[in-house]
Amino acid sequence: MTPNHRFPRAPYALLALGVILLLLGSYLGLFVAPPEHFMGDVQRIMYVHVPTAWNALLAMTFALVCAIAFLFRGDFRWDARMEAAIEVGVLLAFLLCCQGAIWAKPTWGVWWDWDPRLTTTAVLLFAFIGILALRRFVDDPVRRATWSAVATIIAYADVPIVYYSVTWWNSLHQLQSSPATVSKSFHLPLRMNAFAILFLMTGFIMLRARLASLRLEHELAPPPHELDAVGELA
Amino acid sequence: MIAALRKELLLQWRTRAQAIAVFVFGATSLLLFSFAIGPNASALRQHAAGFLWLALLLSSTLTLAESFHAEMEHRALEGLLLLPTSPRAIYYGKAIANWLQLALLGIALVPITVVLYDAATPRLGSLILIILLGTAGISAPGTLYSAMTSQTTRGKQMLLPLLLFPLIVPVLLAAARATSLLILGDPMEQTASWLRLLAAFDAIYWSLCGLLFDRVVEE
Repeated sequence: MTPNHRFPRAPYALLALGVILLLLGSYLGLFVAPPEHFMGDVQRIMYVHVPTAWNALLAMTFALVCAIAFLFRGDFRWDARMEAAIEVGVLLAFLLCCQGAIWAKPTWGVWWDWDPRLTTTAVLLFAFIGILALRRFVDDPVRRATWSAVATIIAYADVPIVYYSVTWWNSLHQLQSSPATVSKSFHLPLRMNAFAILFLMTGFIMLRARLASLRLEHELAPPPHELDAVGELA
Repeated sequence: MIAALRKELLLQWRTRAQAIAVFVFGATSLLLFSFAIGPNASALRQHAAGFLWLALLLSSTLTLAESFHAEMEHRALEGLLLLPTSPRAIYYGKAIANWLQLALLGIALVPITVVLYDAATPRLGSLILIILLGTAGISAPGTLYSAMTSQTTRGKQMLLPLLLFPLIVPVLLAAARATSLLILGDPMEQTASWLRLLAAFDAIYWSLCGLLFDRVVEE
């Protein structure tokens, strides 16, 4: 593997694009779009909440893809991408829980509710934090990569089971919001923010993966004195 | 695999003091939970099933954390892997041994729960079935994660529960609900659907963990 040592232009461009889109979309969502009939202004958090949810799931799914790719290919670039995707996914899932709590207090009257999606997000968040912890405690890069790939697959397989179990257990959440269930005037800011967060997420994952592969390159490089020995033999 | 299972069971029998210690730990936690709730008989009965499963879950981390202890001494795991069997056989042998141990522990904790929380049920067969399915759900991923964490040099005690607990949320939920329905009565006939959920979880994780185990132990 040969990580690029040039200045990474693409991720920074994506980040800038994401920030601009997020500002525009949030402006539209906060000031231009009409208030929702039943919930009023509280509903406007949807413009960040729903895009965050989509992208958190996307980041975690990408982590699963990276885990499977690493186990089959053994290429450490996938390990670096997986580390990046898990970290960004954890961040987004955490933000998702916070936004959900902020929305739930005025709407449902409680910060937290044992609703399937909320609970599944929380379980997923803790499961992936566990994997990040595992990565910290394993020093050998090969083991770290393999084990965290295995743990990622196992944790991801849990998502539908947690979802169904909590659905049977208790339910209160709104039906999923998608452009199809939302009135036309809400579309534009929702879509804009979805792409904004998608760009931000991709930018962060690219930068973080680059950092991870630079670290890996450093770890996998033979120690200096062995290099000397090889030089003498040659 | 049969040989691996026999070896595990023999090992567990020779170290039965440890199993008894885990049982005492589980019983002590049941006692502590009742102090946390207070001496309100109906509240205790209400929460009995949840506490039984929490006690079982906490004790299971002790059992699981110890389960690769023998393999770590004198690098015995490498020796096992050199045998002309697949690592899968080692995994299933160990997972079944852990399962039996946890199921026995669960069954042993039932009388304690009945006495402390006044939580008797006439449907003993169903209760044993729930315990079997629930502990199977704990031991399949637990054995795999135990193989990982016992090979780490640092953070052994922390990592196992950190990885295992979020994963077995559905097991805890389904098993505790089903047990609770047995104790408190089941007017809606929901127990069967919780049992199906447990069975589905077991089927998924017993196959998935078996597939992934050789990646965890390979050098």
